[in-house]
Amino acid sequence: MNKRSHSIAFWAGVVIFLVAVLSMTQIVRNEYPFFAGYVILQFIALAVAWSILGGYAGYVNFGTNAFFGVGVYTAVALFKATGAPLVVQIAAAAVVGMLLGFGVGLLTLRMRGIFFSIATIALAIIIETCVMNWRFVGGAAGIQIQRPPVTAPFDSYVKMLFFVQAVLVVIAVSISRYIQNSRIGRGLQALRDDELAAECTGVPTLKLKLVACMISGALISAAGAPAAMYLQYADPSSAFNLSYSVSALAMALIGGTAHWIGPVLGAILLGSTQQLLAVTISSEVNVLVLGIMLVLFVVGAPKGIIGLLRPRYRLRAGGKP
Amino acid sequence: MTVTAAPDAPLLQVETLTKTFGGFTALDNISVDIRKGERFGLIGPNGSGKTTLINCISGALRPQIGSVVFCGEDITQLPPHLRARRGIARSFQIPRPFKSMTVLENLLVGLDFATVGSNLPEEDVAMSILTRMGLSSKADALTDTLSQVELRKMELARAMAVRPKLLISDEAMAGLSHSEVDEVLDLLISLGEEDITIIMIEHIMQAVMRFSERVMCLDAGRIIAIGAPAEVMANKRVQEAYLGT
Repeated sequence: MNKRSHSIAFWAGVVIFLVAVLSMTQIVRNEYPFFAGYVILQFIALAVAWSILGGYAGYVNFGTNAFFGVGVYTAVALFKATGAPLVVQIAAAAVVGMLLGFGVGLLTLRMRGIFFSIATIALAIIIETCVMNWRFVGGAAGIQIQRPPVTAPFDSYVKMLFFVQAVLVVIAVSISRYIQNSRIGRGLQALRDDELAAECTGVPTLKLKLVACMISGALISAAGAPAAMYLQYADPSSAFNLSYSVSALAMALIGGTAHWIGPVLGAILLGSTQQLLAVTISSEVNVLVLGIMLVLFVVGAPKGIIGLLRPRYRLRAGGKP
Repeated sequence: MTVTAAPDAPLLQVETLTKTFGGFTALDNISVDIRKGERFGLIGPNGSGKTTLINCISGALRPQIGSVVFCGEDITQLPPHLRARRGIARSFQIPRPFKSMTVLENLLVGLDFATVGSNLPEEDVAMSILTRMGLSSKADALTDTLSQVELRKMELARAMAVRPKLLISDEAMAGLSHSEVDEVLDLLISLGEEDITIIMIEHIMQAVMRFSERVMCLDAGRIIAIGAPAEVMANKRVQEAYLGT
């Protein structure tokens, strides 16, 4: 009964959120809020997606940028080759991200702790090097993208991208919430606490880690897919920028990884602070602020914002905070 | 699971098991059969291979030579979670609780993943196991608030959630007081009465003597004595292994 009312509240929240986003794109004339909001939404999607493997399973993935870049370049390659619409680009990016997650998972998920993290850093470097040498998508010099005409009811492409990214956020959050409340979530939590004990209690640890890695990878790549259209440009060093990894990780940890809402809160807090600072001071201060906040939270609130809100907050306490 | 063993066939057959770590032979050609419903004590000095043996049985380690047959099925190559689903559960020498979960949730892991086809709600099954173990008042406590004896019981309760045919208890009584040892021992004996086969590793001799129907003593990876508890204790080699020559 309790669980059901949580569910209703959650889906009502989703509908309200999407309606609000949609009506904002229809009412607000200034483009800037959408331009900045897109980045915040993108980071929410990244932090939530990262947290499925990094938070629930406790496998700290430094390869967010690899999955992000793969999403960007899947969209670019597909758009250049066939002129496929945005939705198809995103879907294709998700599939490629999932396959990459499967491959990477098989190779690296037997490693634990720091070894897994290092392997995922190497992954990004390898893929970036490959893309740099791929002429079709512009190689190291990057590629200019001509946006296709915008579809109704939107009057500008950025507004449409803002709405699309909001939908991706909803998808990521719904999946993350579903996992948290399901058997998979309990299994991931068990293997995060103690992998051997989980195995001996019947948890198929390798399979669950692979599933988490695939879902996380698919969501990160999907969130990255619209980036080329957003910037009207793509180049390997920005698409595979390590800052995506650091930001996703920092936002998830600052928000708290024990509940799906944690990464959302962390990304909103850090993302909007960064946007504010980029306008008021300089875009370079972002990184400094990220670092300082991470240090403060690690020292003062190791369980993140949700840990502050409710000290004994537990993963499976239901759908809503 | 599809193989139906003959009624008098042993539940667990360990055959010519050999496990080496580099140049060190931890288990050397171990063969033993364990009957269904048996209470089996496993003793031996530190480093004699007891935990390695049960790691090979539960799947945490794979032996180089030999096989483990459970209910007539060769499980030597199966990963631990598939062995758990076939009915092999264990506790750990140093308790390994799921720290971010409550006691009840610790049990739900096993009920979620290892147990198939139960009509009762999982929470009820978990609660009944906890009541049985005398832990019902701690159901909602996090595991880091438990005392040592409660932690040991929680490990056994979590193993019970797997609905085991074979329960392996790895020094569940280490570090407990006399009365606590008796408490845990009574629990294990009562579990043995419901058709669960139990292998108990223990250093506390009075517990081993009271519990076991049969005792096996390992020393340096070899079986040096196996038989009735009193017989094994009287064995000269066993006494030498424990007391030195």
